[in-house]
Amino acid sequence: MTAEAQQDVNVTAGGGPRRSAWRDATTTALRVLLPVLLALLAGALIILALGKDPLTYYEYVVQRGLLSPTGFQATVTRTAPLLLIAAGLIVAFRAGIWNLGVDGQFLLAAVVVAALAPELIVFLPRWLTVLLCFVAGALVGAIWSLLPAFLKARHGVNEIITTLMMSFLGISLANVLVKIPFNDPTTTVPQTATLPVADRLPRLFDTTVHAGVILALVVVLLVHLMMTRTAFGLKLQIVGANPRAALHAGLNITGLTFATFALSAGLTGLGGAVEILGVWGTVRADWNPAYGLLVIPLVFLARFNGIAVIGFVLFFAVLMIGGESAARRLDVPHFFVLVLVALLLMFLAVVEYLDHRRRQSRVD
Amino acid sequence: MGGIFTVDFTTALLFGAVTAGVPLLLAGLGEQISEKTGVLNIGIEGMMLAGAYLGFVAAYDSGSFWLGYLGGAGGGILVALLMMVFCVWLGMNQIVIGIALTLGTQGLTALLHHFQFSRTYPRLGEVPTLPIPLLDDVPVLGESFFDRHPLVYLVVALVFVLGWVFRRTNIGLNLQAAGDNPAALDATGVSVYVTRSSAVLATGALAGIGGAYLANVGAGLFVPFMTNGAGFIGIVLAMLARGNPLWVLFGAFLFGVSLALTTALQVGGLNIPTDVVQMLPFVMVIVVLTVFARHSYLPPALGQPYVRGER
Repeated sequence: MTAEAQQDVNVTAGGGPRRSAWRDATTTALRVLLPVLLALLAGALIILALGKDPLTYYEYVVQRGLLSPTGFQATVTRTAPLLLIAAGLIVAFRAGIWNLGVDGQFLLAAVVVAALAPELIVFLPRWLTVLLCFVAGALVGAIWSLLPAFLKARHGVNEIITTLMMSFLGISLANVLVKIPFNDPTTTVPQTATLPVADRLPRLFDTTVHAGVILALVVVLLVHLMMTRTAFGLKLQIVGANPRAALHAGLNITGLTFATFALSAGLTGLGGAVEILGVWGTVRADWNPAYGLLVIPLVFLARFNGIAVIGFVLFFAVLMIGGESAARRLDVPHFFVLVLVALLLMFLAVVEYLDHRRRQSRVD
Repeated sequence: MGGIFTVDFTTALLFGAVTAGVPLLLAGLGEQISEKTGVLNIGIEGMMLAGAYLGFVAAYDSGSFWLGYLGGAGGGILVALLMMVFCVWLGMNQIVIGIALTLGTQGLTALLHHFQFSRTYPRLGEVPTLPIPLLDDVPVLGESFFDRHPLVYLVVALVFVLGWVFRRTNIGLNLQAAGDNPAALDATGVSVYVTRSSAVLATGALAGIGGAYLANVGAGLFVPFMTNGAGFIGIVLAMLARGNPLWVLFGAFLFGVSLALTTALQVGGLNIPTDVVQMLPFVMVIVVLTVFARHSYLPPALGQPYVRGER
């Protein structure tokens, strides 16, 4: 299913000796920017239809998400969980596995970390607490993907459905955990015990941005290198592009499938841990940021490229943070961001289709 | 356990199971049609939600439950039209488009709801029913199964009609062939595109009606994101039913029971936190998927766009 996208990745990455590099770059830029512009344009029409001024809206979003210092810091902070989720999705998608259970993996990891951190910090130094929490978050995420991995590897059950169902189950379970075993009895709203601000991830310089952002950047770059420059990454890509060929090449498909799920969900879980240790320090009942499905289009826009995805995540974080401010000020609910993401995906598919057609007609 | 199975509890459970099961049944049947022809319809969650919103608005404005279902079908078809153009005609990735349609519908219906009703959640009146003479007097079962809105009977009838269509008619054969071997269907002179397009639109209509039932009868109101995975459960039902609508009916009822347990347990006086009970349907899905993993069946050409003349 992703084989086609794989080829596209290779085509853009490898290029051809006959085509000039400049032309390649323009085509790539066009294929990337066109869907974004079209989505913003269509989004503007929707805002207009709802009786609001799209220019004011976008201006406000850019002002609050990018240009104001506090807003920009919030934007950069928001990239941390998104980048780690993106890293996890890149591993899965390149290996031909649809991990659509990101939300459940993220939230469960976040809840376990939120419960663990205030307990550990009492008798452990901060660095060790943080380290253990990262491991715990990654483990929880990975464990939550075990069953879909098993069903896929053993019985060939479509992982789209199993990961989605595990995600819904994980979200409910996270809620139960917050409300019953991990509930902090001293608060009125059900929530876990709060990790004191001083014990959270260190801030960078004099900003509100925490060190998790650096970690996320490093991880997404490492994942990119792993997938494109190591034998292990190549094996995963072969399984994704053509499982039958992978079998004939003697690859251990069962093992690689488990590894893909564990890595993808583990990175997502790490994202949950970073978000708790860096920003919230606690999880409240019914909290579910639902970043999972929102990151998918960004990963597609970046064509599974770990470097390119950084730019898209930053762009999207601006939309999110700006959109949250605009929701309060301009009365355009932040649901609008969901619509933008959907438009982005659709225009991406359309542009991809047209590009595919154009290239085919050239071959003919 | 023996103590809680009182008449009140059992009635509440069965009544709730039917109410919760009908949307799942409609989604499952719709998805079954799509999947038979080789279209994996992840967008069904969005179709249900669009149906729930438009179905609610139609019923709220007109006061008629029937117009509500019509609006629901319209909402589902609107989303299905996009799916048809992108995935069947242009052959784009069904999963990517499916996710896009679901996300887009979630956002759009929440926005529309916000601007139309602000923060109020108006409710519909009581659901009119068509009691079936004699049967509706049977204790426990009567109220749950034979004193419902006529749509419920129609949907159950649809299960058998679909079973007949799948097994005994050319349409059924064409649907099957479009998923098993589209090139062969094309060779016999039947258009794969027309077959798949009609299937996707039928899915949209059924899922939309399911969504409208969920909003208008199940809840009596529209809440953003209210389908909460019901469409995805429909996909599971279709996957496990191996092309047989009767299994969808059975599965939908089973999941309906687990969804209805929340309210039934409260009626039964057993105090289990609602959050725990809400996990039940999904636990059930996972258990069923694990136990019957080897029996799930999907057509060979599922998820593959059909391009004429391409191998």
